[in-house]
Amino acid sequence: MIKRIISFLLLANLSVNTYAVLDITITQGIEEALPIAIVPFQWQGQPNDLPVTMHLTIANDLARSGRFRTMDAGDMPQTPSQFNQINFADWRLLGMENIVIGNIRQTGTGQYDIEFRLINVYSGEQVSGFRIPASRDQLRRTAHRISDIVFEKLTGVRGAFDTRIAYITVKPTPDGDKVHTLQVADADGFNPQILLESNEPLMSPAWSPDGKMIAYVSFESRNSAIYIQDILTGARQMVASNPGINSAPSWSPDGTRLALTLSKEGDPEVFILNLATRNLIRITNNRAIDTEPTWSPDGSSLLFTSDRGGSPQIYQVSSSGGTARRMTFEGNYNSRARYSPDGSSITMVHNNGGGFRIATLDLANRFVHVLTTARLDESPSFSPNGSMIIYATTRGRGTELAAVSSDGRVHQRLGLQDGDVREPEWGPFPPQ
Amino acid sequence: MITRLIFITSLTVILTACSSTSERGDSAAVEDRGNASGSSSTSGSESGSATTFGTGTDARSGMSALDDPTSPLSVRILYFDYDSSEVLPAYREVLEAHANYLVQNPNITISLEGHADERGSREYNLALGERRSQSAKRHMMLFGPASSQIRATSYGEERPIADGHNDEAWSQNRRVEIIY
Repeated sequence: MIKRIISFLLLANLSVNTYAVLDITITQGIEEALPIAIVPFQWQGQPNDLPVTMHLTIANDLARSGRFRTMDAGDMPQTPSQFNQINFADWRLLGMENIVIGNIRQTGTGQYDIEFRLINVYSGEQVSGFRIPASRDQLRRTAHRISDIVFEKLTGVRGAFDTRIAYITVKPTPDGDKVHTLQVADADGFNPQILLESNEPLMSPAWSPDGKMIAYVSFESRNSAIYIQDILTGARQMVASNPGINSAPSWSPDGTRLALTLSKEGDPEVFILNLATRNLIRITNNRAIDTEPTWSPDGSSLLFTSDRGGSPQIYQVSSSGGTARRMTFEGNYNSRARYSPDGSSITMVHNNGGGFRIATLDLANRFVHVLTTARLDESPSFSPNGSMIIYATTRGRGTELAAVSSDGRVHQRLGLQDGDVREPEWGPFPPQ
Repeated sequence: MITRLIFITSLTVILTACSSTSERGDSAAVEDRGNASGSSSTSGSESGSATTFGTGTDARSGMSALDDPTSPLSVRILYFDYDSSEVLPAYREVLEAHANYLVQNPNITISLEGHADERGSREYNLALGERRSQSAKRHMMLFGPASSQIRATSYGEERPIADGHNDEAWSQNRRVEIIY
């Protein structure tokens, strides 16, 4: 049953693909955002010689988190690039607490050194500083890494700007058909790359814990089937194609197993598939719908959605099977749970009469916090540092991505020019 | 809908050959596509091809029961109430007619494609769609077709008929499609 095939639908992963960049708008920030100035990095060459404007990318990252208020370059009293050029009094007068300065040097053909310093204006001291060598292609990523360092130094939380998201797009074609794609992009929406294109639906992208593979559901064979695909090479294999539903793949934290939903025995049940041995273990056994499994960060248990109590609710079961325990009691609809990276809370689709919204459930005190206000929100996914939740929201003009801080205070919209964008899944941290 | 067209084409071939063979491999049927070109198949239409089925159940010459607009067999979409997989009374006669047709044509197989509206999570809706197609299949089984003649599948909310985000669109999208 396992076919190893090269994805014939794969569009060249390495092809230059500039269309459909996500456009991010912060719709709601917080009052006490930390003021910071990212001074334009000194660069001896022509301004247009670099594919990325470092200070703008960093400033956009930090502003997007909602935790920082960035200063426009035009409002800056000076644009120092070295520590000894900084006039601290001028910055203090403006109430600026932190500034980032830097410079870019070309060290060879397509090779650069990026040096940056994070400086506390009040103490007059350097908080952090690094020199990072980068090729031309790595410059944008380097900017995200600098954002990560600044974010961690000033908030105490590891930054998640140098990460990627996967999502599904759907676009109508002139002949009335629809084109479905599976894409990955940087967390700020740049560098979108198509991994798969199909005129049949695609669903449920799921990152492997090492960020190298994506599992997903494709209907290309006129029924749902689960595939796993290597992001770099595009090689893929089908791992489940039984009669009935084959869906909802979720990788175990150690990457060796997939939790999934199969209805081959009559109704949807949660199974665990060992990817090396192909051994399949049935986890649930109930005549109701059991689906949408997701692993706890320690791999010991699964959450899943079941309507065994009458309405869809979240249940927890040991990853070796056994009795399931109901987790949600507030609201007549709770589904598609995802754990926060530290395992202290879960996010889910929640309806308590007002619409389908993104909520979190604190596992310690059982408090349900509804984070969004629209009526058709779905597919929440935590950033790997737990600070944001990305999700899909449907309005009159279609479905687009949005994000909310996990405390519900910062909201942002990630709009794409045309077509629907949905099922965002935030990828893991890159290897350090 | 390319796959649907292929399916219709392959069905045409199956039907052309069904009196003499029990082989219904899709790939073989698709390769034999040319055989079907003589029929006036209607591209993209849910009503299937215009091939004569030769069941003798319809008095009008040259028209099969499946294509008779006055027959319950012409109904190919069943709609459902919100969050329900119960076959509404209005469709019981339709399913009975299709079931009887399968009994009379034991070489024919159909797909029941379950669909859901967009509200709620996608994977849960995939399960809801399957519950609808299985409910329709169970109803048909009362009238005696072989279980292997009816394939119950689900597309969840992934293939809406209506793209709107309101009650009217949702009521059109909660459905089971009968695909010959």
